Amino acid sequence: MASSVNTRKQNRLAKAQKEYSERAAKYKPKPPYLTNIVKAFLVGGAICAFGQLVSDFYIRVFGFTKETAGNPTVATLIFLAVLFTGLGIYDKLGQFAGAGSAVPVTGFANSMSSAAIEHRAEGLVLGVGGNMFKLAGGVIVYGVVAALVVSLIKWIIIKV
Amino acid sequence: MKAQHQYGRQTWKFANDVRVQGSAVAVGPLEGEGPLGAEFDHIYPDMYAGQASWEKAERYMMYQAVQTAVKKSNLLESEIDIVLAGDLLNQTISSNFTASQLNIPLLGMFGACSTSMETLSVGSALVDAGYASYVVATCSSHNCTAEKQFRYPTEYGGQKPDYAQWTVTGAGAVVVGRGGSGPCITHATIGKVVDMGIKDPFDMGSAMAPAAADTLSTHFHDTDRLPSDYDIIVTGDLGKVGYAILKDEMRGLSFDMTPVYNDCGLMIYGPDQQVFSGGSGCASSAVVTYSYIMNRLRDGSIKRALICATGALFSPVSYQQGESIPCIAHAVALEAKEE
Repeated sequence: MASSVNTRKQNRLAKAQKEYSERAAKYKPKPPYLTNIVKAFLVGGAICAFGQLVSDFYIRVFGFTKETAGNPTVATLIFLAVLFTGLGIYDKLGQFAGAGSAVPVTGFANSMSSAAIEHRAEGLVLGVGGNMFKLAGGVIVYGVVAALVVSLIKWIIIKV
Repeated sequence: MKAQHQYGRQTWKFANDVRVQGSAVAVGPLEGEGPLGAEFDHIYPDMYAGQASWEKAERYMMYQAVQTAVKKSNLLESEIDIVLAGDLLNQTISSNFTASQLNIPLLGMFGACSTSMETLSVGSALVDAGYASYVVATCSSHNCTAEKQFRYPTEYGGQKPDYAQWTVTGAGAVVVGRGGSGPCITHATIGKVVDMGIKDPFDMGSAMAPAAADTLSTHFHDTDRLPSDYDIIVTGDLGKVGYAILKDEMRGLSFDMTPVYNDCGLMIYGPDQQVFSGGSGCASSAVVTYSYIMNRLRDGSIKRALICATGALFSPVSYQQGESIPCIAHAVALEAKEE
C-alpha cells in the first residue's frame, strides 16, 4: 500500500518537473548557433593558417623538411597558447570563438596550462602535477583508445 | 500545534525588538565598478586582495566585513556571543578559517547561496529567544574559488552559455541585537527544498526560481501580506532567466511582483559588464542587502523590504552523476521603525 502511494507521489512530481522544464525552457536564451559556427570557423581557421605560416618559416629559414617541421611548429603554437593563457587572454578568446580555439593544439595547451596555473597554490606535485591533466586527461585517454581502434581496423583490412 | 512564535509552519515572527545593529561588505574589483560601488565598505582592486591565494582572499574579505560590521555597531568583538557563517567552498573553509581569527563562538552553516538569509534568520531567532545578546551573520563567495571548485580553471577557454551566471566576489556581515535604531528584523520564512528536475549546472536561474516562488508564496500566505505591502522584494541570484521565470510563476500563483521586485544578481552589475545572465553566489544577496538595502532602510527611502536568498544545493559530484539540482530559498522581512 505504502509503496503505491510513493509511486503515485513520484509520478506526480515527475509530471510537475516535466511541465516546469517545458515552461522554463522558453526563458532560456538559445545559443546563437550560426554566429558561433562562423566565429569558430574564422578563429580556428586563423590559428591553423598561422600554424602553416610557422611551418613554412621553419622549412624556408631553418631548412626543415615538410615532415620534420611538424615538431617545432607544434612547440611554437603550444608556447604561444600557454603564454596567452598566462596573460589571461586565451579564456576571452575561448568565450568568443568556442570550438574554434578549443579544437586546435592551442586549446589542448590551454586546458593543461590553465589547470596548472589554477592549482599552483596547492603545491607543485599535488597541485600542478596532479591537476594538469584534469581536463586534458579525457582527451588523451580517448585519443589513444580511438587511435588503437583505428589502427586495429587498418591492420585487419591489410591482413585480409 | 503551533509553537509560540510560529506563524504557519515555515514562518517565524520575532516577538522582541530584534534589529540590525550594523552591517558591512567587502567586494572584489568588478563589483566595485558596478552601479552599487559607492555603497560598499571595502573594494579590493584585484582578485587576490593582497593575499597569497584566492581562498585566502575570500576569507580575508569575510574577516574585513565582520570586523567593520562590529565596528559600525559600536561594539567590541568580545561583546558578540556567536557568529553564524557560511560559504560555498568544501567544508565551508572560508567561514571556519575566518572564525579562527575571531575570538567568537562559531556555528557554521551551509545553504549554498541562500546562506545569507539562513544565517540572518537563525541569528535573529537566537537573539529573539534570548540565547545571545549580539550575533554576527556572515557569508562569502569568490568568483575564482567557486569556478575552481564547481567548474573549470579560470583561464580555461571554454565557452559559457548566455544563461550562465557570474559568481560575485565578496562578503557581507551583519550584527543583530535587540534595540537601537537600525532596521527591524520582523519575520523569517524558512524554505523547503524544491527540485524541479533541472540538470544543467549553468542554468541555475531556472533551477532556483521554483524554490523562490515556493518560499515567497508561503511567506505571503503565512503573514497575510501581499507583494505590494513591501517597498522592495529581492531574490538573491536568479539572474535574467530566473527573474523572468519567477515573475511568471508568481503570477500563476496570483501574486503580482512587478513594481517592487528585483534580483540582487541583476542589481550588482551594470548592463555593460560581461556577467552573462547576472551575479550569483552567497555574496550576491549579502553584498546588496547589507549595503544598498540596509542604507535605504536607515535613511527611510525604503520602509519594508523582503529578501529571498536562493541557493542551488548541488555539488560537482552530484551533477556529474546526472542528478538534478535541488534548490532552496529563505526569506527575511526587514522594516524601518522608530526607536
